[in-house]
Amino acid sequence: MFKNFFPNKILSLTNKTINNLIVLLIAVVAVGLVYSLFVSPPDYIQGDSVRIMYVHVPSSFIALGCFGFIGVASICNLIFKIKLMPLLAKSIAPIGCTFSIISIVTGSLWGKPTWGIWWVWDARLTSMIILLLFYIFYILSWKFISNFEKANKISSVIGIIGSFNLPVIKYSVDWWNTLHQPSSITLTSAPTIHHTMLIPLIIMFFGLVIFSLIIFLMKYKTEVMRFKIEKKKNFK
Amino acid sequence: MLGKKVKSRIFFLSLSLILFAIIIFAILRSLEENVVYFLSPTEIYNNEKISFEKTIRVGGLVKMNSISKNETSINFIITDLKKEIIVSYNGLVPNLFSEGKGVIAEGKLKDKKYFIASKILAKHDENYMPPEVSKALEMSNN
Repeated sequence: MFKNFFPNKILSLTNKTINNLIVLLIAVVAVGLVYSLFVSPPDYIQGDSVRIMYVHVPSSFIALGCFGFIGVASICNLIFKIKLMPLLAKSIAPIGCTFSIISIVTGSLWGKPTWGIWWVWDARLTSMIILLLFYIFYILSWKFISNFEKANKISSVIGIIGSFNLPVIKYSVDWWNTLHQPSSITLTSAPTIHHTMLIPLIIMFFGLVIFSLIIFLMKYKTEVMRFKIEKKKNFK
Repeated sequence: MLGKKVKSRIFFLSLSLILFAIIIFAILRSLEENVVYFLSPTEIYNNEKISFEKTIRVGGLVKMNSISKNETSINFIITDLKKEIIVSYNGLVPNLFSEGKGVIAEGKLKDKKYFIASKILAKHDENYMPPEVSKALEMSNN
């Protein structure tokens, strides 16, 4: 399966595959939205603002996951010098960046009616802002450094340093007193979300993952093409 | 299997990663006082050097049957089930503020048992459920 991501294979990725994925995306998100907005019940204290969670939680997951991927790719990149890695990481960065913005915005929309305040500087929210900053640094390092090798090295270092923030985000709610509530879904114990709310959350998660995958494939194809064109230019 | 160059890169990178992790850990440990968003009543009780001038935050649960309102102010007790603090506040409380639920009060300590709040935030916990389930849970608990 991994072979499909090699530069020559990705170029043969046709619009048909993307279109099929888009159909799947629309189906999953439509089911997810109907389930989360109409079928699932309001929360016993939050009321209807619980529905923000169905976008907020998957967005945060994806934002963290994408940076985790960038971190691993950056390490592989610096050690093994695989040309594939920077292109993969570069293509996934804008997705993670967008979802961390979505996570922060939906979070404060939820915070106002629930906590009574849009924003506080507690450990979870602050570390999430730091993640967004690292995404911006990472993307900008590719944008502003024109030499590929140099940009590659600097962005990899940013990717690795930023990865140290990920466990801090994840465990901030357990390590310190925060206004943000601890995780409801953990590997070690039963989820503290009622199943009528857990199901739409999972559907929305898959919907947003499929969305990310589509954007990633399109962006990755572009990056591979751009890389090949640059290479050809340099030979002349 | 791995080339000499790759091996040295792995060595160098893992060394710097470990070093970096230790540095971050040290920074976070030394900043702990600033990283925690609120103190529990027990932490305030045990802290000898707590400031009565600086604005601090107290968090915990609103004690059952402790809310008393009059025209201008609202009084209630924040508890962490070990120690308690009486809070006095002038102003509007968030919708989710209620007895038995999480709360964070920002303001100044008058003494270790009495807190004048200038802001009240409701803290939500990690439990999500429909109203019917919550009612059923309450029924079975009583």
